[in-house]
Amino acid sequence: MLDIFAQFTAKYNYWAYIVIMMVGLFAMIAKRNLIKKMIGLSIFQTSIMLFYVAIGAKKGATIPILLSGTDPHHIDATMYVNPLPHVLMLTAIVVGVATLGVALALILRIYEKHGTLEEDEIISQIRSS
Amino acid sequence: MGQRFIEKSYEETHTPNIVTAVLADYRGFDTMFETVVVFIAGLACFFIVRIRKDECIPDTYYYRHKTTGIVVHKKQLCALPLRGSAFEQVDADWAPQDVVITTICRLLIPFIQIFGLYVLAHGHYSPGGGFQAGVLIAATFILLAISHDLRTLVTRLKESTTHLVSATGVLLYFGIGVSMLLTGHHFLDYNGLAGLLGMSLSSGHSLGILLVEVGVALTVAASLITIFKLLSSKGTVTEGL
Repeated sequence: MLDIFAQFTAKYNYWAYIVIMMVGLFAMIAKRNLIKKMIGLSIFQTSIMLFYVAIGAKKGATIPILLSGTDPHHIDATMYVNPLPHVLMLTAIVVGVATLGVALALILRIYEKHGTLEEDEIISQIRSS
Repeated sequence: MGQRFIEKSYEETHTPNIVTAVLADYRGFDTMFETVVVFIAGLACFFIVRIRKDECIPDTYYYRHKTTGIVVHKKQLCALPLRGSAFEQVDADWAPQDVVITTICRLLIPFIQIFGLYVLAHGHYSPGGGFQAGVLIAATFILLAISHDLRTLVTRLKESTTHLVSATGVLLYFGIGVSMLLTGHHFLDYNGLAGLLGMSLSSGHSLGILLVEVGVALTVAASLITIFKLLSSKGTVTEGL
């Protein structure tokens, strides 16, 4: 019993990412305001980025840039963290910002047309017209 | 996968920064389309939000006489064309700008831009790369816009310029890839650059990665500036934050 408990608490940082992810998911599903939904989406994205970077971490390893004077034929892979998650998240951050910009542009247009950001009010306006 | 990249990437790409090596070399094709996504996002924002320049939006507009500093306003009329007149348009909540803020930002901006260029140029030797450099450079222009006003930014960096720069970045990336094809190598295989310019394999590789990163930085910076300008001014690109 204690064994299972120890296994669940050993990597407590992953639990933190799951909590952040659920906060984002809750905001996306439960909130009616479009801007709040977008904030939830951003929080969700952030938790996934943290999760990916954490996967690549190794104990006692440095950033994935070869130290000067390393022999290129004898590189110790345990000395550097895994570069692949960093690459994926590097592009994901910038693309996330750009797509968030598009989402905000669409919200701006919706607000100009309907005068509100509340989803249920917008839907009732569309149905009544 | 990670182990193979760490152990072999220097031999294969001659780049000490493994992240950049994977980003621009192993996954070069993927990064190219990430750049296209950023470019299209900027373009989409433009087409969704931008209002036609000659469109009449009845509102109260404020004009300042350039020599005397007297501000007049016109109610419920279109914006007036002001080219060559003695007046300049000012924001509705215009106040003489804070000297401290404008001066500090004016001093800071060139240094942040130089740091951005450093991050770009050293992308394959130290932490950095095109995406980060693009964001840094975009941040300086956004800082200019919020410390002065949006009109200052637009007079210094025209809208058409940012669009051109954004497209140039994507074309530079594509151009590197296609020029490698023309020299008989694979698409985005930077070994072709070494043969083309008569340099060693490692410097050819570095140059290829650097040029690609420059393309990424141009697109990211220009797209982010465009998105900021449009969103902060509701598409008029005259008055905003």
